[in-house]
Formats: sequence, C-alpha cells, structure tokens
Amino acid sequence: MEVFIQQLINGISLGSIYALIALGYTMVYGIVKLINFAHGDIYMVGAYLGFFAIAILGWPFLPSLLLAMVVCSMLGMIIEKLAYKPLRNSPRITALITAIGVSLFLEYSMMLIVKPEVRSFPPVLTDVQYKLFGSVVVSSRQLIILVVTLALMMLLQYIVHKTMIGKAMRAVSHDKQAAQLMGINVDNTISFTFAIGSALAAAAGVLVGIYYNAINPLMGIMPGLKAFVAAVLGGIGIIPGAMTGGFLLGIVEAMVSGYGKSLYRDPVAFVILIIILIVKPAGLFGKNVREKV
Amino acid sequence: MYQRKLGKQIAILLVLIVFWCSIQMMISTGMLNPYYELNLILMCINIILAVSLNLINGFNGQFSIGHAGFMAVGAYGAAIITLKAQLPFPVALLFGALLAGVFGILVGLPTLRLRGDYLAIATLGFGEIIRGLIVNIDYIGGAYGLSGIPKLANWTWVFWLTVLTVVVIANFVNSTHGRATISIRENEIAAEAMGINTTKYKVMAFTIGSLFAGLAGGLHAHYFYTIQPGTFNFLKSFDILVMVVLGGQGSITGSIIAAVGLTIISAALQKLAALRLVIYALLLIIVMIFRPQGLMGTKEFSFKMFTRKSKDKEGKQRGTAIGQ
Repeated sequence: MEVFIQQLINGISLGSIYALIALGYTMVYGIVKLINFAHGDIYMVGAYLGFFAIAILGWPFLPSLLLAMVVCSMLGMIIEKLAYKPLRNSPRITALITAIGVSLFLEYSMMLIVKPEVRSFPPVLTDVQYKLFGSVVVSSRQLIILVVTLALMMLLQYIVHKTMIGKAMRAVSHDKQAAQLMGINVDNTISFTFAIGSALAAAAGVLVGIYYNAINPLMGIMPGLKAFVAAVLGGIGIIPGAMTGGFLLGIVEAMVSGYGKSLYRDPVAFVILIIILIVKPAGLFGKNVREKV
Repeated sequence: MYQRKLGKQIAILLVLIVFWCSIQMMISTGMLNPYYELNLILMCINIILAVSLNLINGFNGQFSIGHAGFMAVGAYGAAIITLKAQLPFPVALLFGALLAGVFGILVGLPTLRLRGDYLAIATLGFGEIIRGLIVNIDYIGGAYGLSGIPKLANWTWVFWLTVLTVVVIANFVNSTHGRATISIRENEIAAEAMGINTTKYKVMAFTIGSLFAGLAGGLHAHYFYTIQPGTFNFLKSFDILVMVVLGGQGSITGSIIAAVGLTIISAALQKLAALRLVIYALLLIIVMIFRPQGLMGTKEFSFKMFTRKSKDKEGKQRGTAIGQ
C-alpha cells in the first residue's frame, strides 16, 4: 500500500509534466490537424534555456521559467511561419513529414551548439523531503512542479474560455473557413496557439530539469512521444482530455517502475496508445465522428 | 513486343552480372578498400529497406514510420538461427524475413483500420514496442545486444538479394494485386466501392514490406557481427523514411537513387554525425515545401524518359487537332 501511494505521488508529478506537453500537442492538433512532432524538442530547448538562465546568468527560478517560456513561444511561432504555414493546404502527410524534419533539425542543431553530453541542472530550489505517514515521502520539488503546472493549466483555461483570443481559437478549431468569414484573423490565431503550446512545453522542460537534474539534446524524443500518447488517450484536440491523459500516463508509468518493471515503462505507454487507437480512436473524452466521402 | 521486353531484361541482367563481377574482382584483389566495401553493402541494405518501405508508404499510401522495428525482428530472428541453432545462413535469412512478415501481419491486421497520421503513430508505437521487448529478453542479450554473429553476408549475397527484392516488389506493383494496392492509395473509399478488398491488400503490402525489411535486418546482422536494440530506433526508421520521401513515394527507381545518394552523403559526413542529421532534416523540410512529390514523383526512371517528352507534345497537338 505504501509503495502504491508513493508511486501515485511520483506519478502525479511526472504526469503533470506530460500533461503540460500534451496540452500543446492537443491545441495545435485541434486547430491545424497537425501532429507537431517538434513539440517534444521545444520542451528540450526550454530545458536548455532554463539551464542557461540559472547556471550561466545566475537567475532565480521564476524569471528563468519565464525566460524559457517567452523565448520558446517565439521559437514556436517562427517554426510555424517557416515550416508549417507554406503547407497549410497540402496533404496532412506532407505536414507530418515536415514536422518530423523540424524535430530532427532542432535536436541535432542543438547538439551542434551545446554538445551531446548530459548536463547536470544546477540545484536552484532547495529540496526538502516531507514525510507523510509511514515511509511515504513528498519532496518540495514535486510540490512546486504540481503547483506551477496547476497554475499554468488554470491560466490556460482562463485564456481559452474567457478572452477574445481564446474565443477565436475555439472558433478556428471548430471551423476555419466560417471563422475567417466572421472576421477572425486565422493566421494570427494559429500563431498564437503555437506560442501558447510552446510556452507550456518550455515550462515542462524547466520543471523536468529541476526534477531529474539532467538534460541532454535528445531528451525531448521520449517525453514528446509519450505526451502525444497522453493527448491521444484523452482525445486529441480536447484540452481537459490532454490533462487527464497526461496524469493517467504518468501514474501508470510510475506504477510500472515502482513494481520493479522499469524496463517495461516505455513499451507500456505505447501498448496503451495502440489499445486506445484500436478500441476508441477518438480518445476517452472524444466522440466518434463519421468520415464523410 | 514480348521479344523486345525479353531482350531488355537479358540486357539488364547482363549489366548487373558485369557490375557484380567487377566489384567482386575489385574486392578479392584488394583494390577496393574495406571502407568502400562497407558502404557498398550499406547502400544495398538501404535500397532493400527503402524499396520495401516504399511499397507500404508510396504504393499503398499507408504511412508507416516503424520500419526499423521489422528490421530488428529480422536481424534478431536471423541471428538466433545462425548463432544459437547453428543452422546455415540461407535458412537464417529466410527465417528472419518470415518472422518479420508474421509480425507485419500481426501489426497490420489491427492497425491498418486507422488512417493517415493515426496509422503513422500506431506504427511508430509498434516499432518502439518491438524495441522495448527486445531490450527485456535476456536470451538475445537484452539492452547489450547480441554479438559474435558469424560474418556470413558478403557482397555476393547482399547484391543479389537486393536485386531479388527490387524484382519482386517491381513485379508485385505491376501485377493485378499491385494495381489494387495502388488504387487504395488513390482513393480508399472508391477502391472499396469498386469491389477491392482493401483490408486484404493493405495487409498484403504491409506484410511484403516488413518481410523484406526483415531480410535487410538479417543481412545487417550477418555483416556487422553485432546488433543492439538501439540500432533499430526511431532514427533508423526516419533514415529510411527520408530515402522514400526524397526519392518519391511511389517510385522504385526513385527510392534506389535516394538510397544510394543518401548513403554516399552520410559516408562523407560520417565524422560529423550531428551535422549529417541537421542536413537530412533540412533536406526533408525543403523537399516537403518545394517538391512534396520527391525527386521522381510516382514516375520510374527509364531512358525513355528523355525521349518521351517530345512524343507527348505531338500527342497533345494531335489531340487538339482532332478536337477542332
């Protein structure tokens, strides 16, 4: 039972990171129907920016987090303008291949810049271990990760549901052409979606750096893919779905590792993906839509 | 007409034999240093991989990005036969290829109901699951991989098996089954309406594609002595995908040209591994934006290509004349 609760706590903090990345996936997919493979790499860039701000500039945690988020949101917009916008009217597979290309481009140009070795993240936050009951431990880092994640999620909910740009996003994702006819600037809205998604991924990157203490240029691949699994699990294009999917996946993974099968951690995530795709392709929160001829 | 076709085939066979003989002679006399030989072998293995993936992605229109997984199945399957069961090399290759083919059926049956990017993600997932399973099986070395595989693959084996792959896939594409396969790429719903059993042909193309990926895996294992699960990761699948996309989805000769070209590029940039992948990635993005159909599109390279243009013009002019 103690193992279970301990892994539940670890799973929630890991899951909140997946959820942050998954939100970006799901928003971009909801609006341009593109699996943005490069999203996991924006998370990696975010982690490096956080590292840069903390270790080299010597900034405290919050300004570093903000810097990573701002720079990454610009990066997301630039990628969208240069790589995806020219392909907006081409087949979806073309855009998917481009996204894979962008992903590799980010990984390996980063490798050229920062060298492939693993870097240890500076201990910017003092780690305090709180004993709950028995031997269950919660660390202050886990709490901070959870608090930052929840704050960002609430901010996102506010933006999407209460502001004009959020309304525009929902309209564009519902029907791009109709939105355009209503006077919504579709290009700006898509740009903004990429910006928000990338900022969330960057925040996840900095949080992971703090949690695991180690970053490397290829760190984005697996979490990126898993966040995608989380987005599909919850129903791609649905924001609460991505959050739930992220937390669920994190918990499942922590359980698998906690019960001594850590080598099966990655395959299990993909088995979940395949099962969801076959049994309920629209995801847990999605409705089935019939394809029109 | 039939005689002309036969003549052409004999001519191609002669060219291939001459090519094989001259390289073989250069290898046995030591004129060709081992580094070039290695790259020639890699070229052939890449051709097998690219052409077999093109059958799935290009001709059948089912976007798969887990090809390295099937290659891994073939490599491990074949290595077990020679290393643990001590059976001859052809049996090993056959076993590896068939095992990969069986995996192709197992993966294909449930996932091929999915479309477009969902299928891509499912195949990616399967590639990762296969790798994850291999890491967890101690019998085949787990994460450390399998080493000490006898070096049985040589230029002769690799070259003629590459020829065999291209001939089989080209003949498949030009057969009745191949036409059904291509019709699914053009429009799945229309193909279904015309009475084509789309599931059957999708699984068929997927199985043949993974079978040959397994063959390439077997050759890879028996040329490089050692295999590791990490070799067959997403990046390997991506390498193969770049070849297919760059050559043209739906062009066998395009895949061959791209496989040869990219093998040369990566050999030239061997010391700068990161730069090589940056170039690959940029190449892919630029090709997608400016020439999404790839070098060859769905056309095949032939010497007629250079003369046909004028004929086409004639045909068009005649057409308008009749129309008037």
